[in-house]
Amino acid sequence: MKNLFKLFSIIILIITSNSNSFAAEKVEYLKTDWSFKGLFGKFDRASLQRGYQVYTEVCASCHSMKYLSYRNLAEPGGPEFSEAQAKAIAASFEVTDGPNSDGEMFTRPGKLSDKFVMPYENVKAAQAANGGAYPPDMSVLVKARGGGVDYIYSLLQGYEEAPSNVSLDDGVYYNKYMYGNKIRMAAPLSDGLVEYGDGTNATVEQMSKDVTTFLMWSAEPHLESRHQMGFKAIVYLIILTVLVYFSMKRIWSRVESEV
Amino acid sequence: MSEKKTKRRDFLFTATTAVGAVGAAAVVWPMIDQMNPDASVKALASTEVDVSSLTPGNTLTVLWRGKPVFIRRRTQEEIDEARKVKMEDLIHPEKDEDRAKNPEWLVMLGVCTHLGCVPLNDKGDYNGWFCPCHGSHYDTSGRIRKGPAPWNMEVPKYEFVNANTIKIG
Amino acid sequence: MSDHDYRPKSKVGQWFNDRLPLLTLANHLTDYPTPKNLNYWWTFGGILTFCLITQIVTGLTLAMHYIAHADMAFESVEHIMRDVNYGWLIRYIHANGASMFFLAVYIHIFRSLFYGSYKAPREIIWIIGIIIYLLMMAAAFMGYVLPWGQMSFWGATVITNLFSAIPLVGEGIVTWLWGGYSVDNPTLTRFFTLHYLIPFLILGLVVLHIWALHVPGNNNPVGIDIKKPSKDTVPFHPYIVIKDGFALLMFMIVFAFFVFYAPNILGHADNYIEANPMVTPAHIVPEWYLLPFYAILRSVPDKLLGVVAMLSAILILAVLPWLDTSKIRSAVFRPLYKQFYWILVADVLILGYVGAMPAEGLYLLIARVATAYYFLHFLVILPVLGFKEKTLPVPLSITEPVLGGSPNLAAARNKESKIE
Repeated sequence: MKNLFKLFSIIILIITSNSNSFAAEKVEYLKTDWSFKGLFGKFDRASLQRGYQVYTEVCASCHSMKYLSYRNLAEPGGPEFSEAQAKAIAASFEVTDGPNSDGEMFTRPGKLSDKFVMPYENVKAAQAANGGAYPPDMSVLVKARGGGVDYIYSLLQGYEEAPSNVSLDDGVYYNKYMYGNKIRMAAPLSDGLVEYGDGTNATVEQMSKDVTTFLMWSAEPHLESRHQMGFKAIVYLIILTVLVYFSMKRIWSRVESEV
Repeated sequence: MSEKKTKRRDFLFTATTAVGAVGAAAVVWPMIDQMNPDASVKALASTEVDVSSLTPGNTLTVLWRGKPVFIRRRTQEEIDEARKVKMEDLIHPEKDEDRAKNPEWLVMLGVCTHLGCVPLNDKGDYNGWFCPCHGSHYDTSGRIRKGPAPWNMEVPKYEFVNANTIKIG
Repeated sequence: MSDHDYRPKSKVGQWFNDRLPLLTLANHLTDYPTPKNLNYWWTFGGILTFCLITQIVTGLTLAMHYIAHADMAFESVEHIMRDVNYGWLIRYIHANGASMFFLAVYIHIFRSLFYGSYKAPREIIWIIGIIIYLLMMAAAFMGYVLPWGQMSFWGATVITNLFSAIPLVGEGIVTWLWGGYSVDNPTLTRFFTLHYLIPFLILGLVVLHIWALHVPGNNNPVGIDIKKPSKDTVPFHPYIVIKDGFALLMFMIVFAFFVFYAPNILGHADNYIEANPMVTPAHIVPEWYLLPFYAILRSVPDKLLGVVAMLSAILILAVLPWLDTSKIRSAVFRPLYKQFYWILVADVLILGYVGAMPAEGLYLLIARVATAYYFLHFLVILPVLGFKEKTLPVPLSITEPVLGGSPNLAAARNKESKIE
């Protein structure tokens, strides 16, 4: 019994410490209190809605989010815009559809079932417009970076003057959290860049937090139900384990042996 | 004393088995539900059709939820023929007035209610549709008149968004 | 085993059983005499069966939604994660299930190493087990390719390139494996096919593994043969079933923690970037359960010899029953072997650790020493130990340590002879 427990904890320790060490960089990221962390972690709806605003007004001109649909914005566990709001958001985008009966492609206002409109036709066009660098798709960006949300959050605030020993080419910027410190993206945020509908002060820090929260949701849209289900599942398993433990003791009491 | 003990043991085993069974059932559900229509399929549940180019006596076939939908702009003779049929002559009695709220437009799923083939337009003994698979005849209101199909062709939920556009679903 | 004369009670049962003796089999499985001194390390066989079934069931459901095409694989995985009902749950169970499967199999293997379960007359069980382990690695590797992320693509490239180390035909074999001149769509579709097939091969081998086990019966912590089944064993059902069930539930709590609260911690972030044949990730690492072998591969500076070393590290296990010359099974009675056993455990963990680190400097040195020791253990230490080691006195029957746990062997022996 005790041995088994010890073994489990040792192995989990090893595995987790091992996988932590995979994260290539050992930079201290900026920390903030994420509402979605922890056993019962949930998204902050207002922050998600603000984060969507930052994405759509700032990031979306270069970064696509090709796995998201406008309907996701109204789904439970996300920003939870009302259906009418989500429809209005979708309709504000021009979507290419077709071909019609004449064989022509045409544009129409977006519908809930449409995917997020992409800023560029394809990867080549994106590269051509950004000096050869491809602005990565942001749908699962948080999960695709070693440091996760802390990394993105820090990166957005990590722009500073390059140290004198670092020379930068044209169109390359210095960011202390970027791998190799050189980044093709100019500092995307500045104080007051967007005007929040709910009156929140749009500081760089606030916008970074909001948009990172939004990106976490876009990467893990079922995070809330996962946490809820996980808690129930583990409580259930513990109850059943206790019951089985006592049943086992009863059954084994028939033989003169220890379990 | 010993009887009491047995009872308690029985209760323990019953409780363990019952709790275990509940968990097993809870695990089965996701495995079943994953085969139901997913969120992206459900989101495509309605479609809008431009019918401005459709002239009387012609049928437009569009795809909705993976099935053909017949949109027929009926001629006056077809409407008259559909409306004069007596209810007792029908296998599945339904008034044409109920099937086509706007008599000129008949919108229905182009799926034979027998085994799901697509009936042919302007064919059959009742000037409506004829299913080539097993010989079901439908009239100008899409009602079953002869053959093995049990019901009339289904009328989906639809509405005119404007004079030229029908929204199905 | 007393089930040969088993006869169903009902007429229908007898009629059926005469034609297909399924009821005899069921009776055998429930009554199967199991040593009553088995500890919790013996519950991992049952846990592994659970892992295999979980992987097959979740894998089948995922295959209903996954699209094995280079252009659509990544997207279809995102579709599963976002839109399919409970898709995220099923995928996370499947992905973490692979890790849990390997966690359990390593415990199972190291239990066998500690208690000498691979020794006569259980060599065939052990060899089938090694084949299962090899197939598991193949299935896990190909499964990791399917999401078609960066690690999938580059992992597939690196591992398939191992075959190019074979002299003369190597290049041809790699091209044949790929179905092209690089890892691409043909590679993905064949990997999917094989990934789907292998679990069923494993299932068949598991049946053989258990069959071979039921011939001599279980080994046990004392490592001696059963003297008196009536005294030393309990029927599999309910005693072992409930005990396995208890251990399985503990295991499932850990499993659930990963699935619900840390579903991506065992994976690599780069695999959420779609495969790109133009860009290699800075740091290619296999999944944690392959790291020790990866370390062995990289510790040898020659391409061919590296591959040979890695394969030998696995295949050496198959001849282990003949390398270990000791007649005593359980390490409990082998004080020296016990120490070498724990050194081996540490050695493999170290190999796993350096496997995750860049192959340079100190890490490379450690990897080389650890690799050398790994082979030393099996090729030199084990054979010599069998002749040199002074083993402790082994009890007469397993009831003895169970009853008294007594160091007083003479007393126990007396008692035993009195009963007889």
